[in-house]
Amino acid sequence: MKKSALFGALAATTMIVGAATAGTLDDVKARGELICGSNTGLTGFGMPDANGTWVGFDVALCRAVAAAVLGDPTKVKFVPTTGETRFTALASGEVDLLVRNSTWTYSRDNDLKLDFVAVNYYDGQGFMVKKDLGVSSAKELDGATVCIQTGTTTELNLADFFKFNNISYTPVTVQDDSEAQRQYLAGACDTYTTDASGLAAARATMADPENHIILPEIISKEPLGPVVRHGDNQWGDIVRWTFNALLIAEEKGITKANIEEVASTTTDPEIRRMLGLEGDYGKMMGLDNGAFKAAIMAGGNYGEIFEANIGSATPIGLARGLNALWTQGGLQYAAPFR
Amino acid sequence: MALATDVPKESFRLSMLIYDTRFRSITIQVVVLLLFLLLVGWLVDNTVQNLAAKDKDISFGFLWQRAGYDIEQQLIPYTNDSTHGRATIIGLLNTLAVAALGCVFATVIGVFAGVLRLSNNWIVGRLMTVYVEIFRNVPLLLWIILIFVVTSETQPAPSDFKVTAAMIEARAALAGAGTVAESAGLLDRITGIYVFSMPFFLWLVIGIGLVVASWQFAATRLAASGTTRALIPAAAAVVWIGLALTLFNDGLTRATETLAAQGTVQTEPANQKMLFDSTALTNRGAYVPAPILDRPLGGTEIATIPVNYSVLATLAVIALSVFANLALLRRARAIQEETGNRPTTWWQSLAILFLPTIALLWAMGFHLDIPAFATDEAGVSKGFNFQGGILVQHSFTALVVALSLYTGAFIAEIVRSGIMAISRGQSEAAFALGLRPGRTMNLIILPQALRVIIPPLISQYLNLTKNTSLGIAVSYLDLKGTLGGISLNQTGRELECMLLMMLIYLIISLLISSVMNVFNAAVKLKER
Ligand SMILES: N[C@@H](CCC(=O)N[C@@H](CS)C(=O)NCC(=O)O)C(=O)O
Repeated sequence: MKKSALFGALAATTMIVGAATAGTLDDVKARGELICGSNTGLTGFGMPDANGTWVGFDVALCRAVAAAVLGDPTKVKFVPTTGETRFTALASGEVDLLVRNSTWTYSRDNDLKLDFVAVNYYDGQGFMVKKDLGVSSAKELDGATVCIQTGTTTELNLADFFKFNNISYTPVTVQDDSEAQRQYLAGACDTYTTDASGLAAARATMADPENHIILPEIISKEPLGPVVRHGDNQWGDIVRWTFNALLIAEEKGITKANIEEVASTTTDPEIRRMLGLEGDYGKMMGLDNGAFKAAIMAGGNYGEIFEANIGSATPIGLARGLNALWTQGGLQYAAPFR
Repeated sequence: MALATDVPKESFRLSMLIYDTRFRSITIQVVVLLLFLLLVGWLVDNTVQNLAAKDKDISFGFLWQRAGYDIEQQLIPYTNDSTHGRATIIGLLNTLAVAALGCVFATVIGVFAGVLRLSNNWIVGRLMTVYVEIFRNVPLLLWIILIFVVTSETQPAPSDFKVTAAMIEARAALAGAGTVAESAGLLDRITGIYVFSMPFFLWLVIGIGLVVASWQFAATRLAASGTTRALIPAAAAVVWIGLALTLFNDGLTRATETLAAQGTVQTEPANQKMLFDSTALTNRGAYVPAPILDRPLGGTEIATIPVNYSVLATLAVIALSVFANLALLRRARAIQEETGNRPTTWWQSLAILFLPTIALLWAMGFHLDIPAFATDEAGVSKGFNFQGGILVQHSFTALVVALSLYTGAFIAEIVRSGIMAISRGQSEAAFALGLRPGRTMNLIILPQALRVIIPPLISQYLNLTKNTSLGIAVSYLDLKGTLGGISLNQTGRELECMLLMMLIYLIISLLISSVMNVFNAAVKLKER
């Protein structure tokens, strides 16, 4: 009995290890499903809706990749991960791709052996406080109790920020965003700190958003983006170029609505290459030539995804800011499709 | 006669390894050992290869790197500039703190519940049965979360304890009008009690339990007349009501709500500290007074772990007092055996036990640092939190309480079975000698039951210690939270962290069981 359990465990380990080292693309194709690591639930970025379908800004990128690889944006399984579990989930092969408000940093690239293949949201860390606390700057938070998610960059930035400004704080560590919100709303902490986009999303779901303010200080750079395992370059390229395709689509004015029309009429050689009308660009990556067209059709171009999930028309109401295209003064810039 | 020795000596053949019972057992053992070693080798090789495939190595160097994160509960100094190794020690100490307190409380609760469950008092016996069944049959994790949520959600935020400028103004206005606010009279206290609240409900239930239990006690134990029987529960009721009006009053009343309902101006914060204004229960934890020494004895550091001479001195004095007291009692027993009269020792015992410690603490200038808000000249509270004192996190409290109650229920069953294992004749013999039930239990039954109780008790202690890692559910930063959580996540050294964590838990468990085994050997039946 004991022995059979042991051998079972051994077999399981070998299988997991096997999955982690083989080409992710082949695995996904063989499985017929993309497994994407996501948030446990952050409105606008990644969260199941009333019907249990995952929606959100990060989720849309997973769907685009699924459309590119499998031709069907619904063939994605979302695995909720916390700040602490996400990288282990990716490194162990439990998920193929991680899109979960994750910041690209030096040590994550090197110590954790992960590859950040794109930046889908340029962000920075902020603080949210209740209006009646009477605080207007993060520097006035001396002695405050701060809610902070464990296993995040924000946890480290927070310590640095308070030390740099010679002020002190008491941390209240929490595992995920919903726990942080509960503690913050109950007054167990004076302020909640995380990426400013996350704060805006959290505030949008509160019963009284007008009673909470996000302080003006942005204390860090948080380039958030999709992550893959180090060493599987083909898979990394697929994710990177799927994202680039969404950016180029916005740049060229290709939307979910007009893509068929553009495809049948366009003479722009870059668009023709991207939509698979010319050359063998999809095949070079082990995909179909129509892969990037399918990716754009999944949720529209980058701008459409942004506006639909977190843009100014949504309760979250984020402005494009740094995330506008480079042609409009932002940082989003895709390498040419050539 | 010579038959046996005449058997011709067989030469060794290979098949004997299987068919000869003399060799077979050895053969099997050697084969199993080889297989096991192969398995271990394969596992290690597989691990190394897979790490290499991911471009990772095995290195514990991260333990000396800067951790960069903060930990809310630290028993020895730690900042975010300390190393991951130090964070590990902080986590380990937090684990040990919960485990040690949990083991002590669980034992006390378990022994009480186990003994009381066998009580002749029907209500007490059934109450204990209910306790044991409830805690044994609901998963520990749920208890931890439940207790955490209840303790943190039902308490006010620290800001509710603050004196605002408006309150100061209102006070000045009242004083100007000549109506000096008087302290609340008895009637105010009674009418102020908020009847539809959890604290009041708890107070009521416990009160009724107390009265019923003391009535039962009076009825079964005392051969007194009817009036005395009624007096005891009445006294219990009076004490309980008195407590409600004095000590518990702050918890039971909702000053603000009644004030607001009456439309009066608020001159005092919505909440007040309790226990003689020393302790504040907030949703961030309990702020309790901190012991402070004006003239501490200093200290040193051994391998960066601070050693506090004042604490050591106090512990040494306490230990010496206990020893001295034991000597005193031994002498009293000797005199009793010689002369038949036991000298009165209680006041000497008290003096020996307490005076030296008190004297030492007084010499070191011991006093309590009471948590309070910083105030400006006018008396308006400033800042976000209480200053001074010690903040006891709710996660810590919830973990200790849940672990003690849960493990206590199991220990109660162990104690009960230990007591029931002692034959009835023992207690009957004790009764025949004229020993009262309490002394029979303490002197005859429990010492014998200990032998049956201790071995399963060890495994309960081990369970409790390992269960402290469930603190992750309430974000308690123990060993699992620091080394196995944040450090693991920030450095990506999963394998190293897990191995180290397993090793540490293993060492703790081995230490506990060896200490308990020594104790077991000491109380074991000594055969002569
Ligand atoms: N960008 C930071 C923080 C990421 C993070 O934890 N973000 C929060 C709020 S923006 C989140 O996604 N919470 C959702 C959840 O807990 O599932 C990092 O990569 O470490």
